[in-house]
Amino acid sequence: MAILSSRKVIKRFGGLVAVSDFDLEVQERSIHSVIGPNGAGKTTFFNCVTGFYRPEGGEIVLDGHMLVGLRPDRITRLGISRTYQNIRLFSNMTALENIQVGEDPHLRSGIVGAIFRTPRVRQEEQETLDEARRLLRFVGLAGLGDLMAKNLPYGSQRRLEIGRALAGKPKLLLLDEPTAGMNTQETAEMTAFIRRLRDELGITILLIEHDMRVVMGISETVTVLDYGEKIAEGPPSEIQKNPRVIEAYLGRGSAAQMN
Amino acid sequence: MTTKQASPWGTALRQGITAGAIAVLLALMGMVETFNEKDIIEGVLSLGLLLVVAILVVFGSVTAGAQADARVAVRLAASALTGATTELFLIGLVILGQQVNLRPIFPNASPQLWELLQFGLTQPQSYFAMLGFGAIGGLLGAGLTLLSRRFRGPVIVGVIAVVMIGLLEDLIGITIASNPIFATSPLVETFNEFFLAQGIESGLSKRGAVVVFLVASVLAYSWPLLRSRARSRTQAMPPRRRHGLALAIYGVFVAVLLLLPNVLGPYLTDVSNSVMIFTLMALGLNIVVGFAGLLDLGYVAFFAIGAYSMGILTTTAVGDSSGQIVWGPGFSFWGALPFAVFFSLMAGVLLGIPVLRMRGDYLAIVTLGFGEIVRILALSDALKPFTGGSQGIVEPGLPTLGQVTASLNSQELYYYLLLACVGLVIFIAIRLRDSRQGRSWMAVREDEDVAQAMGVQLVSAKLLAFASGAAMAGLAGAVFASKVGSIYPHSFDLLKSINVLAIVIVGGMGSIPGVILGSLALFGLPELLREFSEYRYFVFGAVLVAMMLTRPEGLLPSAKRKQELHETLAPDGEPPPEIVAAPGGAGSA
Repeated sequence: MAILSSRKVIKRFGGLVAVSDFDLEVQERSIHSVIGPNGAGKTTFFNCVTGFYRPEGGEIVLDGHMLVGLRPDRITRLGISRTYQNIRLFSNMTALENIQVGEDPHLRSGIVGAIFRTPRVRQEEQETLDEARRLLRFVGLAGLGDLMAKNLPYGSQRRLEIGRALAGKPKLLLLDEPTAGMNTQETAEMTAFIRRLRDELGITILLIEHDMRVVMGISETVTVLDYGEKIAEGPPSEIQKNPRVIEAYLGRGSAAQMN
Repeated sequence: MTTKQASPWGTALRQGITAGAIAVLLALMGMVETFNEKDIIEGVLSLGLLLVVAILVVFGSVTAGAQADARVAVRLAASALTGATTELFLIGLVILGQQVNLRPIFPNASPQLWELLQFGLTQPQSYFAMLGFGAIGGLLGAGLTLLSRRFRGPVIVGVIAVVMIGLLEDLIGITIASNPIFATSPLVETFNEFFLAQGIESGLSKRGAVVVFLVASVLAYSWPLLRSRARSRTQAMPPRRRHGLALAIYGVFVAVLLLLPNVLGPYLTDVSNSVMIFTLMALGLNIVVGFAGLLDLGYVAFFAIGAYSMGILTTTAVGDSSGQIVWGPGFSFWGALPFAVFFSLMAGVLLGIPVLRMRGDYLAIVTLGFGEIVRILALSDALKPFTGGSQGIVEPGLPTLGQVTASLNSQELYYYLLLACVGLVIFIAIRLRDSRQGRSWMAVREDEDVAQAMGVQLVSAKLLAFASGAAMAGLAGAVFASKVGSIYPHSFDLLKSINVLAIVIVGGMGSIPGVILGSLALFGLPELLREFSEYRYFVFGAVLVAMMLTRPEGLLPSAKRKQELHETLAPDGEPPPEIVAAPGGAGSA
């Protein structure tokens, strides 16, 4: 069953069509990758899903909720979290605070409660803190919680960003190039970690990735975008052989040579 | 001349030229001469001389500090060269000033200034004296850098203590003399004679200066030791007793604050009141700028709305002979106060709504405009029946509480009122900061888009920041109106917004202790140091520039709460994992 489906999504920037008539069905509890050359419109599509951009046409549905036109925080509350291609942590807050901000959609305490620190608010704060510590351990950053996010090493920042996204208890997690800038070993660890997210937490994962070993290793379905259009979709083994995909990545000449 | 890279002499000359230019500027501005009337240490050091010495020492230490790997002799010589170069500029100024009449351009370039710079000596000898003086000043600066860190701090603290007490000597003397408890005591007489020089603006006596220096530097020297000992002792205590001790310390602190007006006397109490009004405003602006990162340059508008609400609602001058103000319900102070706070809060929300989508510079410009609009509205003819236009409002209500307040004089009354307000506002600010709301604000400050994508409701976060900041400014304005006893539009100009912003920046954005220290440093001190009044904004600007270059995080930057380790480890005693042990944690360097 599809948890996220988009139909004929169009996003233009002036004369440039960044995403054009894009259809996508993401199956529940799957790991689904979106690949394509630079500028193909992958991140633009992510931004349409999470409400950063409003697409000019088409519809995006999560579990029966129409997403187009909703504010980003509403969409997050419906169960979508994301990470960013260029890490965007709250750099001058501690790692723990970063995760606590991610828990915000599930908190109820208001400003009056905060001033009087009622027992209910105090309990909620304690639970928030405990949950943040638990998530910190889960993403492998135990002991680093009181460091400022900007002082964490690069790989840890990527993990923290995922931890912050998990704090919103998402049904669907969008990861934008989670292994960018990592070495082979870190990439392997991250790949295993992404699989754990799906297997242990049952979160559906939609992934943008350039590293083909990661994409082919963990995805059940791969969708290929080029110039904003879907040119291929299917299991990794099919995608690897698809001539249009090879052409998009390597150019027409090379595709012909390989054939 | 051979241009070697970073030759000690080149650096020394460069620093000397900078220092010389600054010294000439300060002399021509008249600071040296004006400040010379005030002695820090009787007959030894005047404030004007101190200014020159400070320049020599600071630049001498910079020169010596830049040559960290050079031999000691080279460092000392380079610093001496810096100092001498500085004085060379002053010599040049003296010679020029004696040949050419500079007074049409620089009114302060008087013969007295030349005499002062030459230490009252006659022509040729004085030049050598000045060069020597410069060299010694530079050497002193170099000496500071040669001291180990352990000693340098205490020496600097000792010097600052002497300067501060020397500056405030008059006030200390008057405060003690006018205090009914101390004035009659014979001890005070001997104390005064020992420490303070006799005469007006004459600073500390020589032995007084030595004692103050020794006491301050010994205290500063032993401070780290005392603190660590106290810390280890309190950590050994059972939590219950530690809690009790903390309560006791708070209790003593509050008691001191409550008794303070009796010690300070009416003048200093009044100064504290002005400082507290600025503290209130700065605490509110700290929420808007420091917590939520929304740069508000029209913050004074909310202060004005609070003040005018108080004025309009309580004034007793309605329908007087001038016929300016025709409407006023004649509330009491306490009746009007909630309205004043509420109206400014609503103004905060109203300002917030149109600027929700703006950030950074755009927000700053719009809020700046808002501040001016409120001021001009207050001046306008349309609102004259309510605000009195440029004549303002007089006789706003006074806070009275029957028997309790009748026994206090007006400074004490406002002192306690403001103390309560500051306490309340600090409490609210801390609670908000440490709550879900505070985290949301900080997330908005760090990255608005991501904060929203994490589920933070931007609209409510921003409006709450504007509203709570505005309410605090409104409270400050209401008390201000009552305390000053009259409200005029010119009290609410742009400069006030800038001043409050400067408090927040100098104190440390987002730091509540920083805001308090900032308002003491930027408003308490200048109020006490009348010598500075003419140069107040010059010093203000210089301090801001120096702060931004050397300590951009502010005097007391906000400390990050430690939340992970001190509790997770307690139950199972698990040591914190090494950074490298975190899987994938170690970034490839």
